[in-house]
Amino acid sequence: MKRFLGFVKKEFLHIFRDYRTLFILFGIPVAQILIFGFAVSNDIRNAGVAILDLSHDEITLKLTDKIISSGFFKKTETLLNYKDIDRVFKKGKTKAVIIFENDFGKKLISEGKASLSIIADGSEPNTATLVTNYTTAIVNDFTTELAGPVLNNSIRISPDVKMFYNPNLKSHFMFVPGVVTLILILISALMTSVTITREKEFGTMEVLLVSPLRPIQIILGKVMPYFILSFINVLLILALSWLVFDLPVKGSLILLLAECMLYILMSLSLGILISTVSGNMQQAIFISLIGLMLPTVLLSGFIFPIENMPKIYDYVSSILPPRYFIVIIKNIMIKGTGLMYIWKETLILIIMTLVFIGLSVRKFKIRLE
Amino acid sequence: MNNTVISVHNLVKKFGSFTANDNLSFEVYAGEIFGFLGANGAGKTTTIRILSGLSIPTSGEVNVAGFDAYSQTEQIKKNIGYMCQKFSLYEDLTVKENIILYGGIYGMSKSLIRERLIELLAKLRFQEYENRMISDLPPGLRQKLAFSVAVLHEPKIVFLDEPTGGVDPITRRQFWESIYETASRGITVFVTTHYMDEAEYCDRISIMNDGKIVALDTPERLKKQYNATSVEEVFIKIARPDT
Repeated sequence: MKRFLGFVKKEFLHIFRDYRTLFILFGIPVAQILIFGFAVSNDIRNAGVAILDLSHDEITLKLTDKIISSGFFKKTETLLNYKDIDRVFKKGKTKAVIIFENDFGKKLISEGKASLSIIADGSEPNTATLVTNYTTAIVNDFTTELAGPVLNNSIRISPDVKMFYNPNLKSHFMFVPGVVTLILILISALMTSVTITREKEFGTMEVLLVSPLRPIQIILGKVMPYFILSFINVLLILALSWLVFDLPVKGSLILLLAECMLYILMSLSLGILISTVSGNMQQAIFISLIGLMLPTVLLSGFIFPIENMPKIYDYVSSILPPRYFIVIIKNIMIKGTGLMYIWKETLILIIMTLVFIGLSVRKFKIRLE
Repeated sequence: MNNTVISVHNLVKKFGSFTANDNLSFEVYAGEIFGFLGANGAGKTTTIRILSGLSIPTSGEVNVAGFDAYSQTEQIKKNIGYMCQKFSLYEDLTVKENIILYGGIYGMSKSLIRERLIELLAKLRFQEYENRMISDLPPGLRQKLAFSVAVLHEPKIVFLDEPTGGVDPITRRQFWESIYETASRGITVFVTTHYMDEAEYCDRISIMNDGKIVALDTPERLKKQYNATSVEEVFIKIARPDT
């Protein structure tokens, strides 16, 4: 045991001495979460809008107030006439201009309808669509509110779109589970395969094999630090997503952590397997990055729904462990389901882990022979 | 001198239909420097792997440091040291950390490791390097240190698999001085090499060809037997009998 601990300590020294390893271990996950959470977000937050209010009555003021206070928009300017629109767009901060026609309030009460234009900055199509959708939703909401007390004789139907698990369609609800899935497999598999092939490449593996350390101790000793660090990573990502994105874990935290451990274990054994088939570090890195990262991003259901894929990709994706973990983590984090609903995926991951370990042991033995 | 530390009788190692070691028999005595020569692919590495407990023989009797190569590989591993052609220390660890690591792997106590560390640093005049990274050391020093680490736990036998590959002549010379010093402490040195001048330094040498040992004796007697002036000539006569 003492031998083993000394060996584990050495592995930690390797990790902490190599800034690149440390960066990959902790820098990338944090960066990924923040990038996916903020930059690659489908939400709008504090998008600049300018108001051109030609009516300036009680109702337009109320509606303006409602739009600005929604949290999605921030008023950049109050415009006085149409000529200002072009100028305010050119400044760049304003994504949309909302225009109330003359006598907006009066018309709404007397005729039951009034018109409002939303002009969005089309140079950013994505934001433009989002901004107009959001504004329309707010306006619809406002008219229904108003319909009660003021226009009780007319019935207005406003679309009522509600999302079950992500009422505001917050995109980081989808990204955080995906990023956890991607990062864990990438880091665990990449790091273990690299650290083991490094020993092979430098010749220290021979020396270790000849030493009284058993092969299983060598492998465990190399993998254990990464297990611990990956687990710390999970905690870090969960804390980040909770603190920064208000994304709580709806289901059992213990179950989630246990599933994460299983997934880390699976990734580590995959890493060991990669190390047994690759002769040098470049190969290991190549297999881990190309063989794991791309399929995980593209085929696991992280970004593109599996249901929409051609059948053939569906089959390919079914051999990818991340596909199952994404289901597990989404279920626990967002829907709050228990083991009852995810036992199948869990079982698949357990089987995959066992298969990877079995294959690695066999490969390892052949090498020793 | 006639205290046997390695005894091999009719050792056969097959990989499928390929016979890597074909009926080897030899003995190595305590404290001697045993040169194990042979062309690439002659089967040297296979033999070393069996002797160091990494690989199990197909048949034959093999006994290393008093332990059986079939059933007591764990015991064998504890009693041998090993240094291979590739550099075997961790470059991103300091001299001291490497020594502590290997001492720990061989189950040495902390106080013993400390004692050996001080001894070793003094012997190699290494004191100033104690906390330096291995990657900062010149190659010659690394080689010496790697060897010292291989015998840190005072094994009965140390296996050196082409230890001087790619090293300049002066360093090789110095390296062989360490080998002599180690042998004089009673540690048996089992060394493979491609440099025939190094073979001359050995007490006894064996030459392997196609999985068989074709010659085994002191360098002097082999030279006399093959009517050669150097081991190199002997080697060439054995490896290519027709030329």
